[in-house]
Amino acid sequence: MSDYRIRQHPILPIPDREAIEFYWRGKKLDALAGETIASALFANGERVFGHHHKDGSPLGIFCANGQCSQCMVLAEGMPVKACMELVKAGQHIEPADGLPELPLVTEAPTFKPIIDRKVQVLIIGGGPAGLSAAIELGNRDVQVLLVDDKHRLGGKLVLQTHRFFGSTKAVYAGTRGIDIATRLEKDLRAHPTVEIWLNSTCLAVFSDKKIGILKQGHDYAVIEPEVLLVASGAREKFLAFKGNALPGVYGAGAFQTLVNRDLVRPAEKLFIVGGGNVGLIAGYHALQAGIQVVGLVEALPECGGYKVHKDKLARMGVPIYTSHTILSANGGEKVESVTIAQVDSDFKPIAGTEKSFGCDSILIAVGLDPVNEFYLKAKQYGLNCFVGGDAEEIAEASAAIFSGKIRGMEIARSLGVEKAEIPVEWYWTSEILKSKPGDTFSEELPEIESGVFPVIHCTQEIPCDPCSGLCSHGLIYIDRKDIRHVPSFLGNSYCCEVCEKCVAGCPGLAITLVNYRENPDLPVVSIPYEFTRQTIQANDRVSVLDTEGGELGQVDVLSVHAIENNDRTLVVEVNAPREIAQRIAGIKVQDEKVTHPLDHYVAHIEDDTIVCRCEHVTAGEVRSLIRAGYRDMNEIKTVSRAGMGACGGKTCVSLILRLFREEGITREEITEYSKRPVFIEVPLGFLAGANGQENDAND
Amino acid sequence: MINPTLPHYDVVVIGAGSIGAPAAFYLAQAGYRVLVLDSAPSVGQTSNKRAIGGIRATHSDPAKIRLCLRNIEIFSTWKERYGDDIEWSEGGYVFVARGEREEKTLKNLLITQKSFGLNIDWLDQKQLLQVVPDLNPAEVIGGTFSPEDGNASPLLAVHAFYTHAMEYGAEFRFNEKVQEIIVRSGKVVGVKTNRGEYGTDVVVNAAGAYASEIAQLAGLNVPVRPDSHEAAITEAVAPFLKPMIVDIQPGPGSSNYYFYQHLTGQIIFCITPSPNIWGFDTEETSSFLPMVAKRMVDLMPRLKNIRVRRTWRGLYPMTPDGAPIIGYAKEIDGYLYAVGMCGQGFMLGPGVGELVTRIVSHQLFETDPKILDILSPYRQFAGQELLK
Repeated sequence: MSDYRIRQHPILPIPDREAIEFYWRGKKLDALAGETIASALFANGERVFGHHHKDGSPLGIFCANGQCSQCMVLAEGMPVKACMELVKAGQHIEPADGLPELPLVTEAPTFKPIIDRKVQVLIIGGGPAGLSAAIELGNRDVQVLLVDDKHRLGGKLVLQTHRFFGSTKAVYAGTRGIDIATRLEKDLRAHPTVEIWLNSTCLAVFSDKKIGILKQGHDYAVIEPEVLLVASGAREKFLAFKGNALPGVYGAGAFQTLVNRDLVRPAEKLFIVGGGNVGLIAGYHALQAGIQVVGLVEALPECGGYKVHKDKLARMGVPIYTSHTILSANGGEKVESVTIAQVDSDFKPIAGTEKSFGCDSILIAVGLDPVNEFYLKAKQYGLNCFVGGDAEEIAEASAAIFSGKIRGMEIARSLGVEKAEIPVEWYWTSEILKSKPGDTFSEELPEIESGVFPVIHCTQEIPCDPCSGLCSHGLIYIDRKDIRHVPSFLGNSYCCEVCEKCVAGCPGLAITLVNYRENPDLPVVSIPYEFTRQTIQANDRVSVLDTEGGELGQVDVLSVHAIENNDRTLVVEVNAPREIAQRIAGIKVQDEKVTHPLDHYVAHIEDDTIVCRCEHVTAGEVRSLIRAGYRDMNEIKTVSRAGMGACGGKTCVSLILRLFREEGITREEITEYSKRPVFIEVPLGFLAGANGQENDAND
Repeated sequence: MINPTLPHYDVVVIGAGSIGAPAAFYLAQAGYRVLVLDSAPSVGQTSNKRAIGGIRATHSDPAKIRLCLRNIEIFSTWKERYGDDIEWSEGGYVFVARGEREEKTLKNLLITQKSFGLNIDWLDQKQLLQVVPDLNPAEVIGGTFSPEDGNASPLLAVHAFYTHAMEYGAEFRFNEKVQEIIVRSGKVVGVKTNRGEYGTDVVVNAAGAYASEIAQLAGLNVPVRPDSHEAAITEAVAPFLKPMIVDIQPGPGSSNYYFYQHLTGQIIFCITPSPNIWGFDTEETSSFLPMVAKRMVDLMPRLKNIRVRRTWRGLYPMTPDGAPIIGYAKEIDGYLYAVGMCGQGFMLGPGVGELVTRIVSHQLFETDPKILDILSPYRQFAGQELLK
């Protein structure tokens, strides 16, 4: 049997979990206690979870976040979202093919009253913003109820295996996201006034200023808070291209969930669409999990993500195709290949530039949309409400930590429990953390080729400062007033003691040391390395690359070691000829053959570009309505059913707005969908307070 | 006199909803030059899209019975006649009796209903469970079943009337709010909106919940005021429920509620709050879902696992006696009411549209004067329909 589990990982510990068995289409399969049905299926190589009732097309994972309903399966006859429901020992799971049969119920249930409570502060979302706000409020003994739809706190922090950028002082920069989540949770749990409901999904904000929450997956609760904080994060945007609904096409965040949270390998060869930080980091995470990354396309001439993230991925041997777009995902039941093409200055594909690559998964990382439906409703209904993190404005998680902290203070002030003014510097720091990359400078290499010098391969203005605190002599300098400045080395050739802390500690893996002391002609270069130790040994010959991934040649590995107090980043020392030593920034880890295109490009004739995944409505259908004069999206919904499905228009809105844009229709002419709760589907029995329902649900 | 260079229409219909769209269709089909004005951005966006889609002839009011018998004919044959799928389904209606009180009410009704030749019968518990096997036997003693009633998609239907009305030359102007009914010498001559003026001989007030507001523009009073009802729709599941189920037994905070499985596989349901919630508020409340969910799961335990997808509130334009108001205003020539559908605008729409056309063209059927008497704007409004 194929094994798609991650058994070793350079960063993540592999916990010992109880092995259980379950049945998929009657076949006995292995699972681990505490994992979701989706992950258990992926671990067994099962990637098609059902077939669409409208056209029979295959369905699989898409958001892995409980939002979209694409991953429905039948667990003991009950339709459930495979990405949210935990697998149980002995459970029989069947694919959801077509419309499910509603299970028969032989015994009439009894009812209990639904939970009806008042709280001082309700926080929706236990990610970076929600946790930070709750800590501030907990510090002031405010009564807080924090709800999160996942089984553990931390939000998307728990998917982030890399060390964070941002400010060391303000937001734990230099610490890995997973570890920040643990720290925040520990801090929060120390506060007795903060109550935490996990596996508890917010369904709606109602006009009577009450919020409907499905507590622990099965108890409906109506909460009336004095203050509401919406820290519900973001959801991934989607893209319209042929074959975009094939299983194997999904969000980069979904991928990170499967890989970094659930430790399964959902793909063997993947292709990434989108050169923002999410796509770039997902590529890096894939390589760390032993998954091949065939390439990445970015429609713009430059990647929008941090240059250090892009460079890091390029140095691992992943080709980055800027000014390229995806034309199609190709395959029958699941992705078998991807076709891309170069685009002109109007982003139109250039004929003759098409290329196809074999791959089994395509990650879509084309940006995020705030999950702001609760906030918008709360504002409309006049609740005293606040919004923080990505739900307010899409930015890095470090920015969300800080905006959460500010919101916590603001809420404390609005409740009158905090009299102190919020320091103005906080808002300034918050703005810096949210800022997009600034100017890029050319790389400065040390002029003297003697002694020891760090080479800083970080040349773009981004909010990041951990390196400035790493040098024991304080010789790496970043202007404290604005951490977006690029770092510089203040010392001379005699200063460095080769502690290698800067090498192992830079979140962008963008600092190397060149040591000329022993042999000026064949200096020793210390390079950061975040793959498992088994992949590299002393005396290996490795390909070294410059900052942007240009090949410099083959060199010998002297040693592979971890420095004291390291955080799982290894340091590889290589002997390199003087001519290339300063330019070395990384070691190639991926075989070039992986990235070769297929001999012929795969043309995709069928017009199966889906804009509404729930109801399988194509871009062609919606475009023809727009051309016929439709401007009210509600009318488009009426005739096409786009937006009528399970997810409630979470994915299709931005795609349809884009179609309008392509047709030259301005925003003012368009009426958007009316937004109505509930924002996540919920069984009638839960709303009714039916007893015994929890047995059917997931605890 | 109104500016003669203005575009002139035979009829201006105010409201492109459950009544306005079919009225425009039948008027245009009859050869009239029709303009429909609506302040919403597209057809059916006010109350029509909030309707759940039930269509029955099994009322107790003779006027509604006659109109709806015709409507069932129109809805059920629409696809073969005009080609659009409006998701018509002949599922029937079941009014369940939870106890003797409901049994008595329903059986009383049967007498009137049968006298109109309606296909409706009393089923005892065993017969009822054969028609609807998922009903909780502990909760029902029997009920009426009218197999020829049914349901369709309000939005698709109104959209079909709209597109075919345009084929017959009717014009629709959206995002256009009527500000003035222009009256000269006691006669309607035009309509002024926020975007223009239009000459006309007849104005049809088909403004649903806003009927009274539109009447006041001409200085008229019509006793229509809306109350709000909440509704919801679930995910789609394989077909398991044929008829619309109506439970008339009052519960805490509500009077009746009803639900059915639409052709798409989704359960659509609605509840009547008690006491009524008067006004124009259509924002969702937290009390509706738990209230209706408990009643539904109690009556049909199998529903406990179906997942609610979306909820909304809609307005019932109520009249004092629960019957629509159709007919010309006496005070102003050419001002025609087609209002006060009391939450049944969708199921009444096509028949009302035809009736409006017959009124405008002075070609009433033999039975129409009696209907128009019952629905007259100047009736006493003293009665009360047995079952709304």
